[in-house]
Amino acid sequence: MRFAVIVFPGSNCDIDMYHAIKDELGEEVEYVWHTESDLSRFDAILLPGGFSYGDYLRCGAIARFSNIMEAVIQAAEEGKPVLGVCNGFQVLLESGLLPGAMKRNNNLKFMCRPVDLEVVNNNTMFTSGYEQSEIISVPIAHGEGNYECDDETLKELEENNRIVFRYHGTNPNGSKADIAGIINEKGNVLGMMPHPERAVDELLGSADGLKLFQSILKKWREAHVVTS
Amino acid sequence: MSLLLEPTAAQIKEEAIYREMGLNDEEFAMVEKILGRLPNYTELGLFSVMWSEHCSYKNSKPVLRKFPTKGERVLQGPGEGAGIVDIGDKQAVVFKIESHNHPSAIEPYQGAATGVGGIIRDVFSMGARPIAILDSLRFGELTTPRMKYLFEEIVHGIAGYGNCIGIPTVGGEIQFDPSYEGNPLVNAMCVGLINHEDIKKGQAKGVGNTVLYVGASTGRDGIHGATFASEELSEASEAKRPAVQVGDPFMEKLLLEACLEIIKSDALVGIQDMGAAGLTSSSSEMASKAGSGIEMNLDLVPQRETGMTAYEMMLSESQERMLLVVQKGREQEIIDICHKYGLEATAIGKVTDDKMLRLYHKGEVVADVPVDALAEDAPVYHKPSKEPAYYGEFQRMASYVPTVIDYKETLVQLLSQPTIASKEYVYDQYDYMVRTNTVVAPGSDAAVLRIRGTRKALAMTTDCNSRYLYLDPEVGGKIAVSEAARNIVCSGGEPLAITDCLNFGNPEKPEIFWQLEKATDGMSAACEALSAPVIGGNVSLYNETNGEAIYPTPVVGMVGLIEDIEHITTQSFKEAGDQIYVIGEAKPEFGGSELQKMLEGKIYGKAPELDLELEVKRQQQLLSAIKSGLVQSAHDIAEGGLAVAIAESLMNDDKLGADVQIKGDAVTALFSETQSRFIVTVKKENQEQFEAIVKDASLIGEVTQTGVLTFVDEKEVELLSAETEQLKRAWHEAIPCLLKSKS
Repeated sequence: MRFAVIVFPGSNCDIDMYHAIKDELGEEVEYVWHTESDLSRFDAILLPGGFSYGDYLRCGAIARFSNIMEAVIQAAEEGKPVLGVCNGFQVLLESGLLPGAMKRNNNLKFMCRPVDLEVVNNNTMFTSGYEQSEIISVPIAHGEGNYECDDETLKELEENNRIVFRYHGTNPNGSKADIAGIINEKGNVLGMMPHPERAVDELLGSADGLKLFQSILKKWREAHVVTS
Repeated sequence: MSLLLEPTAAQIKEEAIYREMGLNDEEFAMVEKILGRLPNYTELGLFSVMWSEHCSYKNSKPVLRKFPTKGERVLQGPGEGAGIVDIGDKQAVVFKIESHNHPSAIEPYQGAATGVGGIIRDVFSMGARPIAILDSLRFGELTTPRMKYLFEEIVHGIAGYGNCIGIPTVGGEIQFDPSYEGNPLVNAMCVGLINHEDIKKGQAKGVGNTVLYVGASTGRDGIHGATFASEELSEASEAKRPAVQVGDPFMEKLLLEACLEIIKSDALVGIQDMGAAGLTSSSSEMASKAGSGIEMNLDLVPQRETGMTAYEMMLSESQERMLLVVQKGREQEIIDICHKYGLEATAIGKVTDDKMLRLYHKGEVVADVPVDALAEDAPVYHKPSKEPAYYGEFQRMASYVPTVIDYKETLVQLLSQPTIASKEYVYDQYDYMVRTNTVVAPGSDAAVLRIRGTRKALAMTTDCNSRYLYLDPEVGGKIAVSEAARNIVCSGGEPLAITDCLNFGNPEKPEIFWQLEKATDGMSAACEALSAPVIGGNVSLYNETNGEAIYPTPVVGMVGLIEDIEHITTQSFKEAGDQIYVIGEAKPEFGGSELQKMLEGKIYGKAPELDLELEVKRQQQLLSAIKSGLVQSAHDIAEGGLAVAIAESLMNDDKLGADVQIKGDAVTALFSETQSRFIVTVKKENQEQFEAIVKDASLIGEVTQTGVLTFVDEKEVELLSAETEQLKRAWHEAIPCLLKSKS
């Protein structure tokens, strides 16, 4: 399976994403610079964290106009897995692939710490490796991760099981309904503030994020056993 | 347009305008002699910044020469952007610490942010990938609105820059003392990794080669920053706010990635960051080191404001700029890389063979000055030195042992002292994990980062207990280096080298220069003993406000090599049943201790003694035990003594406790700050082997599952019993509580 890690100017978790795939998942992965326009050779698209375009204007607001984004949207339409983490999630929100918006953390400070998440929906291509309601430890590192949406959207997300991860125990940033990660209607675009790519090695504190990447791989293998 | 009409050369001399720029009469006469004529305003500007203490070390050179700077592993000592130490496998570690004290006192967010930005550039201009940032901070007591503001904004500034550029801020230390009330300290250290073949130097070689300007355009910010950094702060300093630079971490991220790509090209000849004294220092130092000259046309310098004068351009300290020397004819290769990252890259001059810095502006030569005169020939002063009266008084004082009635309450109070208390409030704001190499996060003795693709890891720390240095700068200097090494050893590493940031008061006062002399004597001796040479650093003098100097604060940044990730050790107790050992006996040493400060509101008397031979022996034995896999946890005994060290070892896990039996005078055993001591836990089955290696270790207790820390005396009489949770609460909430409380 071949993964693309999209690199915008100012992305800085690209290397973390790259090594999670290459070293821990053991699959092929390439960096793709924001000026490129073709993602057809990839099976999954990863939008990493960081400060794309310095977070100027609004987090993710400039990145959504990058050349590569048309290809990302196309990949999403084709049903390929698209994962946006942290700044990547913000880019997905800005580009309209996922609903809602981010506000500053309710304490108005950047926060970096491991948090507990509940796997609210394990029936997705990103979470099938987890138990339903499993509690996992994954780090957060953001200044603007306070998820906000209108009541109608929240109802829609809840009714269709589109909330994939919720903060468990303490809600660190004030996110509406403790939301840490949501998926699109079709189930192939996941945005989340916590960093699963930082939780793939026990040496660094947790390997709970690895199952997310393994789930993507499993789904892809199943599909390709059938078609080949 | 220019804000002022520049004075003529004659006016400069007649009206002694040079004094406003920090040059004295003799120095001005030297300039006149070097040039064989009067300098014009621009030339005077060049000399004044390059001969400032910040750039020339004119007052500190004589003491810096004492530092041991050589070692088997040292690939680059002081003199370049940052020092380099070999770590095997054709890899090396690059690191340096630098101060940004004065800017942070005036404009804390930008001052701290650009301090981080500047030190990162020093490291990547050597060709290294920055992998970690550490910050050593000093504040006054967190009781006034101003100090809370400085604390919050300095932390915010470090976070803002480090998080955005994506280099983890993994450690450092913070101390609070009224001595820093008017003059907080912000010292930032950056650690980088490099392959030997990529090492680049700041040299302008090859006549005819092109001088390329890369990065942000030049504005009027930071003009005369280096001179501002070389004078005392006063109420008038507020007016120097324009001398503080403004940072853009996004621009620096682009510059970083572009430079790391550029260093792979053999079209690059030399590279240097435009840090203090901006274009002036980068051009003249690169030329001077290469024995060449540089000619630049300032009309070509990218400018963000209109009508800038030559003087303003040369003295601007606008951030995120690099000066490159590139092979003639191959400029486009480098420019293309810059354009990929959306950066400006402009040829502004060339290398010459006449050893002159010649500047053109609007068709005229506006400066023509020998590069060596700027970069090398600044005057060196051997300042008079005099033992301050207080030192003699302190030495003559009888030994002080405080009276403690309630041991538990004392421990709880000590854990609530902001210097000892948890710094989670601070490091929670720093992305300490980005790039996913951080094995030991902030909060243990040293931060540890693995080196991807190897079994190796690096331990890193900053240290300096300035209270000891105030009482006795020589002993305090030894302690600062030794404590840094203890932190490295406790993490499983072998000390490699140090970088230091010498923060002192005004060296023109003989008592201050005496502190500087003695402190560096002590540091040099400890560096020799611990085989940790000095590979670079920075000097920050004139840390005084309205005539009051800070405590002498030579911050030591140390990096150690952990040969195998299996050796990584932390201070936290691991399992109930583990045996607790203390290495070293406590003596009644309370001068400069946290307990003295807490009870008396001031410090006095003698600093704790330090026997370097003993220090080295214990460190080697402990490291050997750690490498043999015999140690569960290791922590040095520092501020607050043994009781605090054991409490800190429990903070990671509320469920654990400890039963400890002490000998001799309880106050001394629990709270003395006698040096060269450690708390170590060992599994029962490893006790015999451990004791065979670490001769000075004595068994004092056991880790329990009770969640209670208990100390008893020799007769089994209970001295102190406290729930781990209660201790943790006091320790954890102290700083947030202080920040919230009304002044």
